[in-house]
Amino acid sequence: MNLFVDAVNWILDPANFAGPGGIPARTIEHLVFTLVAVLMASVIAIPVGFLIGHTGRGRSLAVATSGGLRAIPTLGLLTLVALWVGIGLGAPYVALTVLAIPPILAGAYAGFEAIDRSVIDSARSVGMSESQIVGTVEIPLGLPLLIAGIRSATLQVVATATLAAYVADVGLGRFLFAGLKTRDYAEMLGGSLLVILLALVLEGIFTVVQRLVVPRGVASQRPPVDRARSARPVPGIDPAITKGTH
Amino acid sequence: MTWFWSNLDLLWDRTLDHLILSVPPILLSFLIAVPLGWLANRYRAGRGVILTASGLLYAIPSLPLFFVIPAIVGTSLRSPLNLVIALTIYGVALMVRVVADGLASVDKDVRQSAVAVGYSGWSIFWQVELPLAGPVLLAGLRVVAVSTVSLATVGAVIGAQSLGSLFTDGFQRGIQAEIIAGIVLTVALALLLDGALVLLGRVLLPWTRLAATDRRAVRVARIAEASA
Repeated sequence: MNLFVDAVNWILDPANFAGPGGIPARTIEHLVFTLVAVLMASVIAIPVGFLIGHTGRGRSLAVATSGGLRAIPTLGLLTLVALWVGIGLGAPYVALTVLAIPPILAGAYAGFEAIDRSVIDSARSVGMSESQIVGTVEIPLGLPLLIAGIRSATLQVVATATLAAYVADVGLGRFLFAGLKTRDYAEMLGGSLLVILLALVLEGIFTVVQRLVVPRGVASQRPPVDRARSARPVPGIDPAITKGTH
Repeated sequence: MTWFWSNLDLLWDRTLDHLILSVPPILLSFLIAVPLGWLANRYRAGRGVILTASGLLYAIPSLPLFFVIPAIVGTSLRSPLNLVIALTIYGVALMVRVVADGLASVDKDVRQSAVAVGYSGWSIFWQVELPLAGPVLLAGLRVVAVSTVSLATVGAVIGAQSLGSLFTDGFQRGIQAEIIAGIVLTVALALLLDGALVLLGRVLLPWTRLAATDRRAVRVARIAEASA
């Protein structure tokens, strides 16, 4: 247990707080890095996902691509892109954005697909245009699954951003690799605890956001889960479809 | 390509290392997740605790976990055991929810019929619930298998040998072919294990294919009915 005491002492040591390589600077770097990658991935994946979810076209292609991307090892992608782009921040950004796309894409179209067809048919029958259906029916009802997708993308990017320190001078992962090099276990463990804390805080924020985005009318009268009889299958094995790897 | 052919021995060794790292966690996570998932499905209180805990464990990034486990368990950082424990934790975290959902998806009527014809609680689980949840469990296990194979490569940055070593080595020496070979082999290994699980599913759950044809039959019947 005193390994953990050493690690906490390392975290609390004022000497580790100063400068561009200090804990606060690295944490912010890690966060900004994560947010930018998730944002870039969202800009690409959400419109495409909405389109797939609304039209029902291209779904099998999207499933196959996300499945294939899931199998690709993140470290392999990181090192390969780093060799192509050269050492610097470009490689991790490209790799992280690519990795964040599948879960967000899956969340976007699965959210649309999970909506009861009769709801959409009723919207159409009362005279809503397609864009109104998308904007006022499908997006609000599909939001919880989209947020779930963004959540797993974010967690995956936080994890992979740690790994990115292997190819670039960025983020909290630097402490892990620096400690590894100098055999300073307190630094390795302290850095690890910081990353874990960051991931759990983000996870907590997303849990709250996910509760908030459920439309009020839906939240109060959620239909009982009856997978065996629901008209449209609940999208996949739900934890699996939006989950990425670390 | 020349790099590939002249390093077949190395590739084969790393593939074996990788199998040793990734197969035990896949099996272990299934064995551990089934009883936990059963508890989560059976008891309301257990459900909240187990599913929240597994969600949090899943949220922990892999690389930091590799560093934390030695401090808790006392394994050495580079030992395969360290990685096997970490990968098992992820597998269990993913699988527990699947098991709980799978067991919950078993039709209540079916369960009650089993009770009515005299099945005990124990045999309902083994002979009714588990087989009927089988397709869901299989789907979950396939995800675990693919992500475990992919995750195992991360261990390379702390010096645990696997297909991931091809990435670190290729990066440091600037050999693109080595990294590409590593990616291809990792994906191939994941697909291989995935395929093996699908085959296993066909052998153990022969009725799933039957059900698919049934559903088609139902749909055909419905269309016929509607047009009549």
